[in-house]
Formats: sequence, structure tokens, C-alpha cells
Amino acid sequence: MPNKRNSLGATIAVAMLAFSLPVMANPDPSDWQSVVAEAEGQTVYWNAWGGDTRTNRYIDWVAEQMQAQYGVDVEHVKLDDTGSAVARVLAEKQAGNHTEGSIDLIWINGENFAAMRESDLLFGPFAESLPHFALTNAADNPEVVTDFTLPTEGYESPWGKAQITFFYDSAQTETPPQNMQALLAWANANPGQFSYPRIPDFTGSTFLKQALIELTDQEEALYQPVSESDFEAVTEPLWAYLDALHPHLWRSGRTFPDSGPNLRTLMSDGELSLAFSFYPTDAAVAVMEYELPESVRSYVLEGGTLGNVHFVAIPYNSPHKAGAMVLANFLLSPEAQAQKQSLAMWGDRSVLDIDQLDAETQTLFEQGDRHPSELPADALSNTLPEPHPSWMTALQNAWLERYGVN
Amino acid sequence: MLRLAPALIIALLVLPVGAGLMMVLLPAFGYLPALGGYGASLAPWQMLFAQPGLGRSVVVSFASGLVSTAVALVIVALFLAASRGTWLDRGIRRLVSPLLAIPHAAIAFGFAFLIAPSGLVARLISPSLTGWESPPDALIINDPWGFSLMAGLVLKEVPFLLLMSLAALPQLAPEKRLLLARSLGYSPTIGWLKTVLPSLYPLIRLPVYAVIAYATSVVDMALILGPKLPPTLSVSILSWFNDPDISHRFMASAAAVLQLGVTVAALLCWWLLEQLIRILTRRWLINGSRQRGEIILRIVGRSALLFSSITALAALVGLGLFSLAGFWRFPEVLPQMLTLDHWQRSGSMLVTPLVNTALIGLVSTALATVLVLATLENEHRQHIQPKRALWLLYLPLLVPQIAFLFGLIVAAESLGIRPQLGLVIAGHLLFVLPYVYLSLAETYRQLDPRWLKVARSLGVSRSSAFWRVRLPLLLAPLLTAFAVGLAVSIGQYLPTQLLGAGRVTTVTTEAVALASGSNRRLIGVWALVQAGLPLIGFMLALGLPRLLGTHRRDLAT
Repeated sequence: MPNKRNSLGATIAVAMLAFSLPVMANPDPSDWQSVVAEAEGQTVYWNAWGGDTRTNRYIDWVAEQMQAQYGVDVEHVKLDDTGSAVARVLAEKQAGNHTEGSIDLIWINGENFAAMRESDLLFGPFAESLPHFALTNAADNPEVVTDFTLPTEGYESPWGKAQITFFYDSAQTETPPQNMQALLAWANANPGQFSYPRIPDFTGSTFLKQALIELTDQEEALYQPVSESDFEAVTEPLWAYLDALHPHLWRSGRTFPDSGPNLRTLMSDGELSLAFSFYPTDAAVAVMEYELPESVRSYVLEGGTLGNVHFVAIPYNSPHKAGAMVLANFLLSPEAQAQKQSLAMWGDRSVLDIDQLDAETQTLFEQGDRHPSELPADALSNTLPEPHPSWMTALQNAWLERYGVN
Repeated sequence: MLRLAPALIIALLVLPVGAGLMMVLLPAFGYLPALGGYGASLAPWQMLFAQPGLGRSVVVSFASGLVSTAVALVIVALFLAASRGTWLDRGIRRLVSPLLAIPHAAIAFGFAFLIAPSGLVARLISPSLTGWESPPDALIINDPWGFSLMAGLVLKEVPFLLLMSLAALPQLAPEKRLLLARSLGYSPTIGWLKTVLPSLYPLIRLPVYAVIAYATSVVDMALILGPKLPPTLSVSILSWFNDPDISHRFMASAAAVLQLGVTVAALLCWWLLEQLIRILTRRWLINGSRQRGEIILRIVGRSALLFSSITALAALVGLGLFSLAGFWRFPEVLPQMLTLDHWQRSGSMLVTPLVNTALIGLVSTALATVLVLATLENEHRQHIQPKRALWLLYLPLLVPQIAFLFGLIVAAESLGIRPQLGLVIAGHLLFVLPYVYLSLAETYRQLDPRWLKVARSLGVSRSSAFWRVRLPLLLAPLLTAFAVGLAVSIGQYLPTQLLGAGRVTTVTTEAVALASGSNRRLIGVWALVQAGLPLIGFMLALGLPRLLGTHRRDLAT
């Protein structure tokens, strides 16, 4: 009997599913024409960090283009912390809202992506079916399908590239430190003029990883989940280094700046004279916006610095997945990528494999003269890959344990 | 209809707070089915108590609530005691109500820039007095024990407590009391402290409690001025709720419950202090000492409030300078060049947030004013004493936002109420309504009943007496209450962000999002816009009665 009832139930369920499919089904990215057709008239709520007017201005430009080219209305929901968007999707799932979520697209990477995947909060796979995805030439550029060592498996679509870039005031410092040991010596000679953002800020956490890669003798362990190695042994050199560094930091390490951008503000106030950012063009932009003096110069550490790709992803309960996919695809178009890369607009590097584009499209990416505060063109070739995301959390916890109470 | 008003008000305020608290309490003890939490468990609490620095966070939150409130209360009491209606005193009073309108975050940003080692004060005295060519490496803002946070809170609490005191004072007839005291040989300041203050305090006790609750759980000011290692409890809670690591949500819920406990403990502690002070001052009140301490109290009374008001204004001036600044290196007092770039770049982005801010503020304040008026009018017509249950009105002010808002979204989601403009307005109503009530209730009840009796005796109906006599007579306090409501609404960050899913952008949410980018020039622009809106509200509130007043006088002649 129970069996029979079950099969009856299943039949009914299947029948209902079939009946409701036209309304309920997620759009299929392999049938791109129907996705574009479905997207028209939708409003896409794009949740993206809103702390930078240049990013915001670029997103405004994207919204205009999307309206003109696809009839999709893009609304930028400005976040002060991407984690809050993750929390929002989670709260919706918690309340049983599986179809009418309030977020259609999130600017995301790293631990936030890992957390959303783990809790099954993302829609996909869709990314590799986007028509423009081929332009990234993923076969030769694995970073566009790898997020902090995790394969993205089509659950997020690449958008831009970031890499830790240091900057200093050349009027005050002639030879900036080129590696971690030199940084310690420099801080010793210039007390109070360097710092890194307070953990768990992501730029600050990236500094920890950067230092760890250089200092540890078990670098390969960082690319496996942290549980597979002896955390204490791997990180021991890092803590010894930080113990030595902290007394020479800004405010003697008794407090830390809030965020990556805050380093720039402190440098602008004359409190720091060496800082770093995740955006290679940050210093040049800050000079253009009167925040930093024209004598500021950018550079990358001699052993290379951490770099990563940032992505966009679609929550599982987004009611406008078609519109979100059309937007993600537009963000990958040469037109949008070239606009994004131009210093006048934003200055965020392209994820497309520019050499593979046809000659005419390549001209879109040509920039005028390099800004003197910008990095030399070839400086970013030395990119270190991000460790497994579990290291970020483990490092953050260990840091807070050691230095979280002063 | 009118009879329903009190019940409606209480339901509107109590139900959301209650539902929000419930949805925080459950996960605090491990129940959150969507995340696989089904049973009762103490694990969230164990995780919470294992957090490094939790004890210090709690102490700083608790202490900043009590200390800042005590300091602000002393400043206000001494000012009222020492002020004698001179032009300076009147000037200071006038200065204070606009300061009330300026959102906490704007004051905090400006204040931080004022006192930072590279800030305006250091620039004024460098290098001439100090010899500093580069800013000193001194830990002033974000100090571990929250002193700069407390100072920032005092700047905002002083105007609020002063306005509340000024509203309550007339019913005590302080001039008569003071005259009597003076005729008995008491010097004015001592006389005021001995004869007026003991009767005034019970009338402003509730606002004082609201200030304590707010200060123990404040988020925006603590983010900017508060300690970092560890931050205050409220700031930690916010970051745990926003943590992508999902197990943190259980702990964040437990911490929200702890925050409620900290606030309640601070209120209890204050209440005990009240009792203690009452016992300790009993002798002083009647010991007949008429002069002792007069001079020093008078000087402190006048200078402290002046100092705090000037500090707040200077903070705004700093913001203004930054919003126009080109490159500005330490120790230059003024920027090398001024530019309108920052304003121009923000211009087009200001429109939608401005419209939303105005819409949300006007609608929520109008609803609140109507509900408050209905309740008060009902009270008047039924000849009832203010119900004890009306205490519940202050629930949203006494329960920390951070403790129930996250639960409230879950509750709203479960009922299928999606984040939207309407929900944001309802959320603002929670906080606007108590303040409108606070600002209006006493004056409403104090209005000389003979005016209405005269009107009724002339054959005017009750409702028409209300519209044609009471409202016009109460126009000035009504507009002030409206302006206070607007200011409260404009300053709301968490309710707007959470209940609108970030889709409903206001000047405040945009300012906070931009603040995460640390561009002080843009922060200056947005903080000034944020401060400017409620200022316009207050100026209208002060100016309109005069305009309308002349109009009516013209009619009469």
C-alpha cells in the first residue's frame, strides 16, 4: 500500500511539475535566443559593493547599455559588505522563499562564493554557456574558471582581475621594500608608516596570505584544504614575522585601518607612506581624484603578488535569471570589458584573452599614455594564485586569536 | 475609530519588535531549520563565549552607554541651571535644535577628522606650536576603551536631552521656583539645581533611558569612532550576521540576545545609580547651603554646552572643507585648491536617494503624527490618564535595533512580505512614532483646556474644536515634532537596508555604502547632504508658524 501511494504521489508531483513548468522552469542558457527573449522587460537587481564611485559609474554605464541593447532594467544595489548579500539569500532560504529572492546577481569571489556553493545558494551551471565566455579562452587561462583554488563549475561568470599592488610616495621613499623581509627592515627604519587592514577585512587577509606564501617553507600545502596540513607548522613563520613587524606598524599595531581603501586615505593624510591595494590602478586613480600626491608610484613585489579574478553569480532564488545571464554575458563583451579597463572609466583589468581577439576588437583595449603613478604594463605578469579558501578563514581566526584583543 | 488608536499604536510597535526578538531567540538556541538547526542547543553560546575579546566588547558597550549618557545629562542640567536667558544662552539654545537633526554618522565622520592626529585640530597648531611636519603616531580615534566613541555620543545626546528638557520645563514653572529660592538667599545656579532639577528629572527619565539603550548598541558611530580590537558588541554582531560562514548566524543570534542583556543591565545599573544619588543628595538638597560651588558650576554649565555645540559645528565645517578639497597634505590648514568635482560627480547619483528619503520620511512621519494625535485626542476626550501601557510605545527605542531587526526580516519573509518601499516605511514608523510621541505628548496635554471649553461653549463640535482651535494653537510644537520625526527617519540605516533588501536607497544607505570606500571627499559630500535634509525640515518647522501666524493675524483684522 505505502508503495502504491508513493507512486501515486510521484505521478501527481510529476504531473504538477509538468503543468507548472512553463512558469517555474529556470531559463536554459544553451538556448540563448530564448534567454534573451525572456530577459526583455525584466528588472535585474545587481548587488555589488558600492564603495567606489568609479565602479558605481561604470555600473551606471552598463545599466544604460543593457536598457538600450536588451531592454533589461539594471538596478545597482550598493553594498557596504558582500557578506550581507550572502546573509540575505540565506535569510530568504531560511524563510522558505525559494522563487522570489530579492537578489538577481552578486559581485562575488573567494570565501563568499565558497560559502554560497556550500549552502547551495547559487543557480547554475550557466557561466560556460554564455556566448561571450569563449573570449576568455579558459583553456589557456584557468584563473577564469578557478576561484581561490575551487573550480567554479559554471556557477559564476568571470568579470575582472585584481592583483595586490603596492604604492609609495617617491618624494619620501626612494627604494621601497621588494619582499617581506625588506618590508620588516623598512618598517623598522620608518616606524608608524605602514599598516594593513584589520582582519577579517579581505584586503588585510590577503596581506596575510601574501606574507605566508613568501615566508612558509610548505607553500604547496596552501593549495589544499587547511584540514589536510599541520596549520601550526605551516603558519609558524608568519606569526613570528608579524610579532616582529607589529611594533613598527602604524599606531604600533594597537589598532589597524578598517579596509583596503582606508590605507589610501591614511596615506593621503600623511599618516602612512607605503600602502597597497587590490586594484593595480588604484594609486593612479587616487592621484587623478586629488587624494594622493603626484609623486606616488606603484609597484609589485619582486617575487610577485597575489592576484585573483572576481566574478558575478546568480542566487538560486532569483526571479530574473534570464536578465541576470544576459547581463553577465554583456559584462564579458569586448565593448564592456574595454570600457571597464579604461582608466577614465574604472581601470579594472579585463578577463578576456585580448591577444586572441581579432585585430579590430583589440584596438578597443588600447590605452593612451600610461599614467605616471600607474604600474608599468608588464609588471603584472608575476601573479601568485590564491590559496584554498579554507586558509583565509583559518588565518583570520588565528589572527584574531593572537592579535584581536590589544 | 479614535478609541482604537492606542491599541493600534501599541500593536504596530510591539508586534514587530516581539516577532523580531523571537526569530533571534530561536536560532540563539540552535533552532534554524533552513541551516539544519532543529534542536535546542547551547553551541551558539559556547561559540560566542569562545570569541576573543568578547568580555572587552561587552564592557565597552556597557560603559559607553552609561558614561556618555551621564556626561551629556550633566552638561544639559548644568547649562539649564546656569543659563539666565542672556543673548548667549538663547543663541546656544537656537543652535542646539539643528544639531539634533544631524545624523549620527555625519557627526562621527566630522568628529573623527577633527580629532585625528592628522585632523583639523592638529593642523591648526602644526607645525607652529607642535613642530609636527607629519602627523604624530598617536592612537586617538578607535582607542581601545572607546573614549572617542563616548565623546562622539555626547555630542549627539546633548541636543536631544536639552530639547526634551526644554519641552518638559514649562509645566514646572521654573521661574516661580527659582524666584522663591532666590528670595530665600540661594544663588541662582544652586537654587535651580535644588528646586527645579529634582522635579525635572522624572519628566525626562524616559528620554534618558532611550539614550542609554541607544548608546549601548549604536552601530554607525561605533564603526567610525569605536575601538577595533575588539570592536563594540554591536559592531561584532553586525559582522557576524554578515559573515558568509553560515555557522556564524547562530552565534550572531546569541550575541544579539546578549546585546539585549547588556542594554537591560545598563538600564538597571542606571536605575540603581538613580536610587543611590537620591539617597546621597537628600542631605545636600536640604542642608541649606546657598552659595557653595555657584561660580564653578556656572562657568562649567555655560562653557560645557557651548564647547560641545562648537565641536559639533566644527566637525561639520571639516566635512564641508573636504567635500570641496583638492589635494590636501598635512599640516596644511586649508586644501591646496578647492574644486566642485566631488559634488558634480555625486550630483546625478543623488536624485533617486533624495526622492526616496523624502518620500519615506514624509510618509512615515505623517502616519506617526496622525496616530499620535489620535491617541492623544482620544486620551483627552475620554478624560483618561495616560495609560501605563503607553510605556510600550518606547519599546523600539529601548530594545536595540541590532537585536531584533535581523529576526524581523526572517519573520517578514516567513509571512511572504517581500522587502519593498512599504516595508521600509513601516520599519521607519517603528522608530519615528515614539520620537514624535515624546516630542508632542507633554505640550498636547498641557494646552490650557479653557480654550477648548470656550470653543465648545460657542457651539462648536468636538472635532471642529480640534481642527480649528487645538491644531492651530499647537502648530509650532506639531511642526517641531514633525521635524524630529523626519530627522529620525532620515538617519535610519539598518532598518532601511535590511527591510528594503538594499533596493530602497536613501541618502543614508548611499552614504554608508560609499563610506566603505573611505574616500573622505565623497563622504563629505554625502554626509553634508544627509545633514542638510533634516536641517531644512527644522528650518521649515521654525519658520512656518511665523508665516502662517502673520497670515492668520491678517485675517483677523
